[in-house]
Amino acid sequence: MLELKNIVFEVPVDEHSSKTKRIIDDLSLTIEDGKFTVITGPNGGGKSTLAKLIMGIEQPTSGTILFNGQDVTHASITERANLGIGYGFQQPARFKGMKVKKLLELAAGKRLPALQCNEYLSKVGLCSAAYLTREVDKSLSGGEVKRIEIATMLARDPKLAIYDEPEAGIDLWSFDRLTETFRDIHEARDDRSIVIISHQERIIQLADDIVCLRDGRIEDAGPRDEIMPKLGLTDRAQFGCTLTTPTELHLTKIPTTC
Amino acid sequence: MAELNKIDEELLAQIADLHGMPRGAFNIRKDGQLVERSSSANIDIEAFTDKQGIKITVAPGTKGETVHIPVIMTKTGITDVVYNDFHIGEGADVTIVAGCGIHNSGDDATEHDGIHSFWLGKGSRVRYVEKHYGEGEGTGDRILNPTTNVYMGEDSFCEMEMTQLKGVSSTVRETNCELAEGAKLILTEKLLTHGKQTAVSNMDIRLKGEGSNVQVISRSVAQDDSYQVFNPLVVGEAACHGHVQCDAIIMGNAKVKAIPGIEAASEDAQLIHEAAIGKIAGDQIIKLMTLGMSEEEAEQEILNDFLS
Repeated sequence: MLELKNIVFEVPVDEHSSKTKRIIDDLSLTIEDGKFTVITGPNGGGKSTLAKLIMGIEQPTSGTILFNGQDVTHASITERANLGIGYGFQQPARFKGMKVKKLLELAAGKRLPALQCNEYLSKVGLCSAAYLTREVDKSLSGGEVKRIEIATMLARDPKLAIYDEPEAGIDLWSFDRLTETFRDIHEARDDRSIVIISHQERIIQLADDIVCLRDGRIEDAGPRDEIMPKLGLTDRAQFGCTLTTPTELHLTKIPTTC
Repeated sequence: MAELNKIDEELLAQIADLHGMPRGAFNIRKDGQLVERSSSANIDIEAFTDKQGIKITVAPGTKGETVHIPVIMTKTGITDVVYNDFHIGEGADVTIVAGCGIHNSGDDATEHDGIHSFWLGKGSRVRYVEKHYGEGEGTGDRILNPTTNVYMGEDSFCEMEMTQLKGVSSTVRETNCELAEGAKLILTEKLLTHGKQTAVSNMDIRLKGEGSNVQVISRSVAQDDSYQVFNPLVVGEAACHGHVQCDAIIMGNAKVKAIPGIEAASEDAQLIHEAAIGKIAGDQIIKLMTLGMSEEEAEQEILNDFLS
């Protein structure tokens, strides 16, 4: 179980300013074991920041994060990873010289037979065995690298998996495959929790619980059946959550520094 | 003939992945002297009489054979200059494993300058693997200044992987290649420098024949206070393709200078160069940390893969 208690996250308005801007505003949230939770809401609402705070990529200004009762507020990324928190990046890193198979093995924490790797890859719509020996570098398209990122999460199989916009960069054809995969993960969850940040209705439909985030606060949260109808009222935005422009589905350009 | 001790064997394992004497044709050289040499039915190795070094002749049509020619240096204060000439017969397909390991436990410089020249016959194929490595508790420099000349005949193919593992105080590398019609060269150079080491790599690659093709891939990691200069020039003199790609990771106070040059002397020459120098990207380290690695482990993994 993940418990966020009174989480505040502030950043300086600009580099040398002492003024701060509040990105997450006194947010409390509990994610129960075995739940599939979708966090949605308008751009700039703090969704990705919240995910980073859970993984330890960002540190909260104040508040407490408990994972299975253990205080991980100041734990490093590595410590949280070893406790069973996993994170699927919105814009995955690329690694020159690293083969796809190696990345999957690093994720799994052990050597993997090729067949097993192919199984992970086929679940994300990469059906050619040739991918295993490809390098996770610029030679892969944005969509391929994104799918490989999701495959690393399948190989890692964390107790709590956080996906930051898994659909971003995935083409429409593969999107069907991806939603099936998330459905499969959820069905085989065995008490594992999934948190997905998404704007996609078809992913939201898979959720047990939906959390709507706006301006760093929870605007609405609850079981899917209760929240879904409100999401449909996009045009009458003063009630419920506004779903803004959906994430673009064509391949995104992902900057690489190396 | 010289004998091999434990240090020698470890050096040979590092640079040529050798454990004991190789099979087939080989020539093992230690401190400027022959340890052991063997020719095979198709590959003849003979010593020059007028200078240090060997002439390796691969018979036309030889397929799937490997030649090992490692050099090890374990004495301090010596310089070994050696010429290795390779004549590859038409249609042959061979692998050549070279490399030099220096163990310098003294305070004087130990230097090896290998001048390797290759003449590739029509339609022949060569895979050349060379590793350089230095170690030793002494303060003496470990210097490797290799010169590599490659003359590629019509429709020949050559893949060169030249790696400097670590421990080499200074290196000046000269690589000169000429490609005839239809020849294809893939040249990969990987250099790691650390401490106060310096590395300079000069290349001059001339695409003389129509349809010739070169791909130069440079990967380098410069750590601590080390300094590297990568200076390749590809000249297209015919309808040809040339691609130079330089990637460097810089760490600490290291400096890297990349001067990729391309020169077209034919309107049908297609030449491209790319160069990028930067530190390890933060998102790479974070990704590996989310897989349970520490920051140091993540950094090492990224470097290992980059230079693999």
